[in-house]
Amino acid sequence: MFRSCAGLVALSSLLLSGAAIAQEKIKVGVTATLEGTYTVLGEDGIRGHQTAINTLGKKVGDKEIEFIIASTDATPDSAIRAVRKLIEQDKVQILLSPLSGDEGIAVKNFAKTRPELTFVNAASGAQETTYVDPAPNFYRYNMDGAQWQVGLGKYAYETKGYKKIATVGDDYSFIYTQVFGLVLEFCGAGGQVTNRQWVPLGTKDFASVIAALPDDVDAIYLGLGGADAVNFLNQYQQAGGKAHLMGGSIMVDQTILSAKGNAKNALIGTIAASGQADTWEDPGWQKFVKAYQDAFPPNKRFPSPSLLATNYYNSTMALILALRQANGDLSNNQAKLREALAKIELDAPNGKIKLDSNRQAIGTNFVTEVVDDGKGALFSKVVKVIPNVNQTLGYDPAVFAKIGVPSRTVPECKKY
Amino acid sequence: MTRFIERHPAWALILLIAVAVMLWLVLAVWPPGLEEAIGRKRVFLNAVFNGITLGSLYFLVASGFTLIFGLMRNVNLAHGSLYLFGGYIGYAISTWTGSWVLGFIVAFIGVALVGVVLQIVVFRRMEGEDLRQTMVTIGLSIVFADLMLWVFGGDFYQIQTPNWLVGPIELPLVTAVKSSGEAVYLRYPMVRLVIFVAAVVIGIAMWLALNRTRVGMMVRAGVDDRDMLAATGVPIQLVFVAVFALGAGLAGIAGVVGGTFQSISPGEDTRFLLASLVVVIVGGMGSIPGAALGAVIIGLAEQLGSVYIPTYAIVVTFLIMVLVLALRPQGLLARR
Repeated sequence: MFRSCAGLVALSSLLLSGAAIAQEKIKVGVTATLEGTYTVLGEDGIRGHQTAINTLGKKVGDKEIEFIIASTDATPDSAIRAVRKLIEQDKVQILLSPLSGDEGIAVKNFAKTRPELTFVNAASGAQETTYVDPAPNFYRYNMDGAQWQVGLGKYAYETKGYKKIATVGDDYSFIYTQVFGLVLEFCGAGGQVTNRQWVPLGTKDFASVIAALPDDVDAIYLGLGGADAVNFLNQYQQAGGKAHLMGGSIMVDQTILSAKGNAKNALIGTIAASGQADTWEDPGWQKFVKAYQDAFPPNKRFPSPSLLATNYYNSTMALILALRQANGDLSNNQAKLREALAKIELDAPNGKIKLDSNRQAIGTNFVTEVVDDGKGALFSKVVKVIPNVNQTLGYDPAVFAKIGVPSRTVPECKKY
Repeated sequence: MTRFIERHPAWALILLIAVAVMLWLVLAVWPPGLEEAIGRKRVFLNAVFNGITLGSLYFLVASGFTLIFGLMRNVNLAHGSLYLFGGYIGYAISTWTGSWVLGFIVAFIGVALVGVVLQIVVFRRMEGEDLRQTMVTIGLSIVFADLMLWVFGGDFYQIQTPNWLVGPIELPLVTAVKSSGEAVYLRYPMVRLVIFVAAVVIGIAMWLALNRTRVGMMVRAGVDDRDMLAATGVPIQLVFVAVFALGAGLAGIAGVVGGTFQSISPGEDTRFLLASLVVVIVGGMGSIPGAALGAVIIGLAEQLGSVYIPTYAIVVTFLIMVLVLALRPQGLLARR
């Protein structure tokens, strides 16, 4: 009985795959962190991806794009496993991947081993991915972690008057990049970063880390994300913490601001910087928020899209538009698609985006402050909009190269 | 105790010195030289207290796991799912009724019922077949994880701590002396202390129940020789169901505790399954005092590690496990 059943299933799946080839589909593999610490981030990324499909449709000429989603858990090996599975089992021709920083570096390196395929970064933001030895077939339409911090250091030092800060961050490439951007600007303006604490990604009990925070600083910068961020805030409140807070791009984000429970209230008044601001009045942004809200019932989404949703939306949009420009032609190692991808200027909801010679986004950045909307929901309010942020953060490329690649201790706290 | 000193005088001396040093570190005001060498006393004290309170959470999860293993030789790899399920129930009840304590009660009962169903529907059918049980429980944990993801989504749930437990209290432990001669006392989160006390009470209650009651006697007899116990006419299946329910219920309570001072989200199930595996391997499979000792050791290692050697903190736990497996493979407090 079981055998004949299995045989039937195998037969029908064979028939199904035969039918799929007949229709001429363009297969795109998508990865998102649908497991582990960053589950919520991955889920909202997929919502952004879906919103882009709803807006643009899946048709490219007479062909149709088929998206296949695979799950990762923010570790580089899980990303490579998912990408391999998509390429080898599902036979995808294009990848929209990955979400998290370390995954990005791994997928970029992997992309070099498959020069016949094209990789569009979904949301990962480590600087190294496109800055150090970039892969010619890897395109990134979101800014990196350092670009997302532009404006925060100066605002903290000049407007808020914070002179000395300490940082706590998850110990991996994206947060290194975020702290890199912050330290460069804050120390450049004259501030001091006295202490940088790194905790492993997935840390749940922060009580000892909180106890070790220095007392003699004006503010504490939090570069945490996902479950780690919620746990930190919860325990910070229980320990009676009262310091001023500053937040990274995935710390002050709807993924955290919409968490269940009241730990997030510790964030009210926190200043942060990111590639988006929830309450921006730009019509393009408002239209995107509306499209996102209309696409999902209120209990299956956040009040407003997270940074991940926006990134997935933009990268999906870039890919679909470029495929249309290339008429779905993937011959000759996808040359036409790549040309279109490199040239495309995206009228994205969070400001115009174009690529530099490393295929890395140049875009708009936002300094924000967390506000309560009066009904218990938290949003990031725009303080300052900074257009045309490039990967070298406005530094001369030669000077920028000397600073070094972001790490636990790079950059030093000084003026470069 | 006296037998231990007679048998291993050297070890006893080392232990005694270690306890004395620890007491001095906790009670004395640190001289400036020491503060320079290893940082402020406040940080150290906090790390020690956090290690013990985190250990009490691990104990709650691992004690159920080890109890079930000790009696039935079931390695229940769906134990982490029971923890997570308890957390979700606790969240739902405490937001619905506004009562934190009610959350505990309902989580205990709800998860215990799931345990009863598991024992009757799954484990009774494959008694003594270790490999099958392991595979089936791994399968079940994946199914449960997906079901919970479907119902509750990937969001982070944090159970609301009642107002009287929010914030820190001052403990009569001096962390430093100001230049004016005024002593600075340790401030510590209230909720963690309460959870620690609760875990100690539960631990002692379990020990008493096992060692001083008739049912406990049956359970202990079952651990030693299940077949013999059955032959004496004890309704062994009933005892199994009761123990499974208790073990599962404890995991449920632990879920509420975890949701209160950490948070509940997908992935927590495997994290706590791994933690309880490490704890019982270190402490000794099947031993309740072993689970307590293992939990405190692992909790302390994690917290002290995260403060003093943050880069390698993750390794410390597994290093301890490797050491125990190498030197005393049956676990620190195992009987055999």
